[in-house]
Amino acid sequence: MKTRHFFKKLDWIIICVFLALVLIGWFNIFASIYDDTEGGTLLDIFDTSQRYGMQFLWIVGAMIVAIACLLVDSKVYSVFAWLIYLASILSLVAVLIFGITINGSKSWFDIAGIRLQPAEFAKVACSLALARIMSFHDFKLRTFSGLVTVVGIMLLPAVLVLLEPETGLALVFAAFFLVLYREGLSGWVIVFGIFTVMLFILSIIWEKTDILILVTAACALAYGLFSRKWGYLLGFAALFALSWWLLPDYLLKNMRIGNDYLFLLLLLPFVLIGCFYAFRSRIHSLWAVILCACVSILIVFSVDYFINSVLQPYQKMRIHILLGMEQDLQGAGYNVHQSKVAIGSGGWAGKGFLKGTQTRYNFVPEQTTDFIFCTIGEEWGFLGSSVLIILFLILFYRILLIAERQKDSFVRIYGYCVASCIFFHFFVNISMTIGLMPVIGIPLPFISYGGSSLWAFTILLFVLLKLDASRQ
Amino acid sequence: MKKNIIFGSFLLLSIIIAFRLLYLVIDPANKDTASNNVMKYEVVYPARGLIFDRNGEIIVSNLISYDISVTPREMNAFDTTEFCQIFKISREVLTERLNDINKRRRQIGFRSVSLIKQASAEEHALFKEKQYKFTGFSSIPRTIRSYPRNLGGNLLGYISEVDSAFLRRNPEYRQGDYTGITGIEQSYEPFLKGRKGNSVFLRNVHNQIVSSYNNGANDLKAIPGKDLVSTIDANLQEFAERLMVNKVGSIIAIEPQTGEILCMVSSPGIHVNQLANINKHFVSLATDPFKPMFNRAVMSSYPPGSVFKVVNGLIALQEGVITPETRFGCSLGYHAGGLTVGCHTHSSPTDLVQSIQMSCNAYYCNTFRAILDSRKYNRAGDALSAWGNHVRSFGLGQKLGSDFPSEQTGTIPTTSYYDRIYRSRWGSLTVISLSIGQGEIGATPLQLANLAAIIANRGYYITPHIIREIKDTIVDRSAYTQRHYTSIDPIHFEPVVEGMYLAVNGGGGSTARWSRLSKIELCGKTGTAENPHGNKRDHSVFICFAPRENPKIAIAVYVENAGFGATWAAPIASLVTEKYLTGTNSRTDLLNWILNGNLQNNVLRP
Repeated sequence: MKTRHFFKKLDWIIICVFLALVLIGWFNIFASIYDDTEGGTLLDIFDTSQRYGMQFLWIVGAMIVAIACLLVDSKVYSVFAWLIYLASILSLVAVLIFGITINGSKSWFDIAGIRLQPAEFAKVACSLALARIMSFHDFKLRTFSGLVTVVGIMLLPAVLVLLEPETGLALVFAAFFLVLYREGLSGWVIVFGIFTVMLFILSIIWEKTDILILVTAACALAYGLFSRKWGYLLGFAALFALSWWLLPDYLLKNMRIGNDYLFLLLLLPFVLIGCFYAFRSRIHSLWAVILCACVSILIVFSVDYFINSVLQPYQKMRIHILLGMEQDLQGAGYNVHQSKVAIGSGGWAGKGFLKGTQTRYNFVPEQTTDFIFCTIGEEWGFLGSSVLIILFLILFYRILLIAERQKDSFVRIYGYCVASCIFFHFFVNISMTIGLMPVIGIPLPFISYGGSSLWAFTILLFVLLKLDASRQ
Repeated sequence: MKKNIIFGSFLLLSIIIAFRLLYLVIDPANKDTASNNVMKYEVVYPARGLIFDRNGEIIVSNLISYDISVTPREMNAFDTTEFCQIFKISREVLTERLNDINKRRRQIGFRSVSLIKQASAEEHALFKEKQYKFTGFSSIPRTIRSYPRNLGGNLLGYISEVDSAFLRRNPEYRQGDYTGITGIEQSYEPFLKGRKGNSVFLRNVHNQIVSSYNNGANDLKAIPGKDLVSTIDANLQEFAERLMVNKVGSIIAIEPQTGEILCMVSSPGIHVNQLANINKHFVSLATDPFKPMFNRAVMSSYPPGSVFKVVNGLIALQEGVITPETRFGCSLGYHAGGLTVGCHTHSSPTDLVQSIQMSCNAYYCNTFRAILDSRKYNRAGDALSAWGNHVRSFGLGQKLGSDFPSEQTGTIPTTSYYDRIYRSRWGSLTVISLSIGQGEIGATPLQLANLAAIIANRGYYITPHIIREIKDTIVDRSAYTQRHYTSIDPIHFEPVVEGMYLAVNGGGGSTARWSRLSKIELCGKTGTAENPHGNKRDHSVFICFAPRENPKIAIAVYVENAGFGATWAAPIASLVTEKYLTGTNSRTDLLNWILNGNLQNNVLRP
C-alpha cells in the first residue's frame, strides 16, 4: 500500500521527459558516428565497440542509478549531505593526484577501463550541501558570514575543478547564484553580475577611453538624479570636457602616459569634489554612485590583465571570435563555424535520421559530446531543435513547480539547485554551438555522450524526485 | 514571485536560442557550405571532337595524357630523384613547384593540386607501377591533341589551359579546362569541347571518399565533343605547304561552287609538333622574326597589285564607260601632265581582253579615269563612292564572314578618306594608283581567292568556309550555302575570263604563259605588287581558277618580296591546280625549282 502511494506521488512527467531526452541523446549519438558504408544495420546501435553502444550501457547504468536513488531513504540525503560534499571534495583533490590526463586536463579516474569524472558529480554534492546549510533554521543569507559560507561552499569545488583545468565545469558553480537569489539575495547582485559581464565585453571590443567616457557619463547622470544639483553638475561636466579637449596635446607631448590614464588623472579632482558633496549632503545614494564608478573603472582596467594573463591563449581566441573581432574559419573558429553550418543546413525539418552530412562525415568536431546539438539541428531541423528546447522547458517548469510545493526548505533549495544547474548546462551548451557564447566545453544534460555526465544528472534529478515523492 | 521571474528568464533565454536557430536556418549560405563540405566532384574530362579532312582522313585526333596531382596533406617524404626520372623533369623544377605548393598549403587545405601536366602514357605507366612509393599522388586522364600528319598548323589552331582573363569572360569554364585558342579549335570550340562529366562522392573531413553520392544517380556522364569534317584536302594542304617552304606568304584554294576552302597555307607556319605542346614552344614562336603564329592568309592585308585590274575592268563595263571593244593605247605607260604610270613592252593599243592578257597599266589608268570622271556623277568623289560599292560587293574591304577566326577586313579607300587628306581637292588623277591595285588599297589572300572564285562563278561567291559538317549535329549552315552576287552583271564576266585564259594560254605578251597546263584550261591573272614598306622587292601575286568551264578550284597565291607574279606565284598556283585536278605533277623541273626556291631572306632584308 505504501509502495503504491509512493509510485503515485512520483512525478511521472519528469520521468517521461527524462526518458525522452536520454533516448534522443542515444539515437543522435548513433546518428553522428554511425558508418553504414560497410553494410551495417540499425541493430549496430548495441555495438559496444562504438560510442553509441557504450552509451546504451551508460543508459542502463543510469536506470539502475535512478532506481537506487529512489530506493534510498529520503532522510539520507539531508543527513549525509556534508559527508557526500566532503567525499566529493576529496575525489576532486584525488583526481588532481591520481587522475589521468585527457585533452590536457587531469580530470578523469580510470577504474578498470571505466572513466569517471568527479567534477560532474561534484554538482550533486554541492547542491546537497547548499540545500543543507541554507535550510538550517538559524541560517541568514543576508549576513556577511552567511554569504561567505555559501559562496565558500560553491567556490571550493569550483577552484578544484579549475585546477584540473576544466574551465567550463568550474563555471557551472556560478549557476547557484540563482538559488541564492530565490532564497533572498537581492536581485541587484544578479543585475550587478550581468552589468559586470556587459562592461567586460564592451571593454574588450571598445577603446578603453571610450568605455571610460561612457561609464563617467552614466555615473554623472545617476549623481545628478540623486543630488538634484543639475546646475553644478553641468558646470563641472563642461569644465571637465573642456580640459579633456584642451589639455591632452600639451600633456601627451610631455608625459609618457596613455590617453586612458590621462582621463583618470583629469577625473580625479571631480571625484574628490563629488565625495566632498556626498559627505556634506549626507545622501547615501551618492556614495553608492561613486562606488559604482570606481568599481566600473577598476573592471575596465582589469580586463586587459584578465584577458592576457588569466585566460589561456585559446580561450582569449574563442572570446575574440565570438565577439567577431577575429575570424579564423580554419583554426580556432572552425568548430563553431562548422557547427553553425550543420544546424543551418538542416533547415526547417532537417535532413532526416542518419542523413546529416556535416556530423556523420566528421566536419563538426566533438559531435557526440559537446556538439551533439548539431546532429539534432542538422537531422531534425528547426522543428526537432524546438521540440528539444520545449522538452527542456517542461523539465525546468516541473522542477520549479516541485521545488515551490515543498514544505521542507531543504528540498526546495535543492530543487532550485537542480534547475539552475541543468539550465546553465542547457543554455551554455546550445549557445556555444550556435555562436551565442564562446566555446566552453560542457555537455548537454542527458543528451551528450558520457557516463559521468549522464549519471550525475540522473542522480541530481532522481534525488529530487525521491525527496518530492517522500513529502508529507 | 521569484519563481516566475526565474522561469521567465529561462523562457526568455530559450526564445533567444530559438531566434538564433531561426536565423541560422534561413541563411542559405549554410546549406551551400554544408554541401560543398561533403560533396566532392571528380571531373571526368570528355574527349575533344576529331577533325577530318574532306576525304575522311583524320587530321586532328586525341592522345591520352595524364595530369599528376598531389594532395599536400596526404603527401609523405618521397624519393624525389626517382620521381624526377619518371617524369623527366629537373630536380630544381620539382623543388620549385613543391615549395610553391607548400606556401599555399593552408589555402589548399584537403584539396589536391596539379603538379605535372600532360605526362605521357609511358610516364604514367611507370608512375603507376611505383605509385605506392608516392603517397598522396594521383593521376587524372586528360586528352591532348595529336596530329597524324604535319599539315595545317595555322589553320587548325591549338588548345591551351584557360587563363584567369579567359575565365573572367567565360564563367562556364573552370580552372584546368582547355579551350581552343586559334583556328578551327577556336571557332568551333562549342562543338569540339563536349560536356564535362563528373562523379559525385561524399567525403569526410579528411577528404577521404566515403561513398558515392546517391549511388551515382547525380553523376554526369562526360559527352565527347562533336567530330568535324573539314573542307580541307589534306594532300593538297600538305603539298601547298611544301611549295611554300622558305617563302613568306600564303596560298588559299577555294572550290568556287561551294565556297569550301581546299587549302589554306600561311608560311612560315607552325609545325604540328609545336602545336601539340604549344606552351613549351610559345616563346620561340612568338619571338621568331617570321611570325609563324601570324596567319597571313586571313590576317595580312596586302596591296593586290595587278590582279585588281579585273575588278576595275568589270566595274567599267557595268558603269558603261567602256565596252569590251574599247581600246586604249600604251606608250610604255600612261602619261598625263607630269604624271607617268609606267608599263612594260607589249603590243598597243589593246582591247579589254588583251589588257588583261598582257596586264596593261595604261589601259586601266584610262578605264579608271573614265569611271571617276563619268558624267553620271557630279564629282570624282561621288563616282569613287559608286566604285567603292562595286568593289565591296566582291567581298573586299570587309570581313567575308567565314568560319575562321581573326579574319581581317583589308582596306578600300572611301571618298571621305580622300576628302580628309586632300581637303576635297582631288580628282581621278590623284588616286590613279587604285587603277592598278596599288595605293590605299589592301586585301587579304582569302579575299583574293574569293575574287578568283567570283570570276570562276561569273559573278557570285559563297562565303568561304573551312568546316563542311559537324557530325551528329543540326545547325543552321545557310550562311555557307547562300550565293552572294556582285553588283556586276554576269554577262560582263566572259571577256574577263577570256583575258585571264589568254594570260596563261595566249601567245606572246601573255603574262603567265610559263604556268600553262597542257590538259587543263587554267585562267589566271598575275600581279606584281609594289611594296609600300621600304625598298624591298615587289610581292609576287597570282589569282586563277581552272578549268575554264565548270571550275573546280580557285586559287590566290601571295609570295612576299619575291618579284614578278609570273615568276613565283603563278607557277605555284599552277602546280597546286595540277595537283588538285590530276593528283600528280607532270613538270618535275618546275616543281623542283619552286621547292628549292628560297625567298625568305628577301623579307628580312632592310
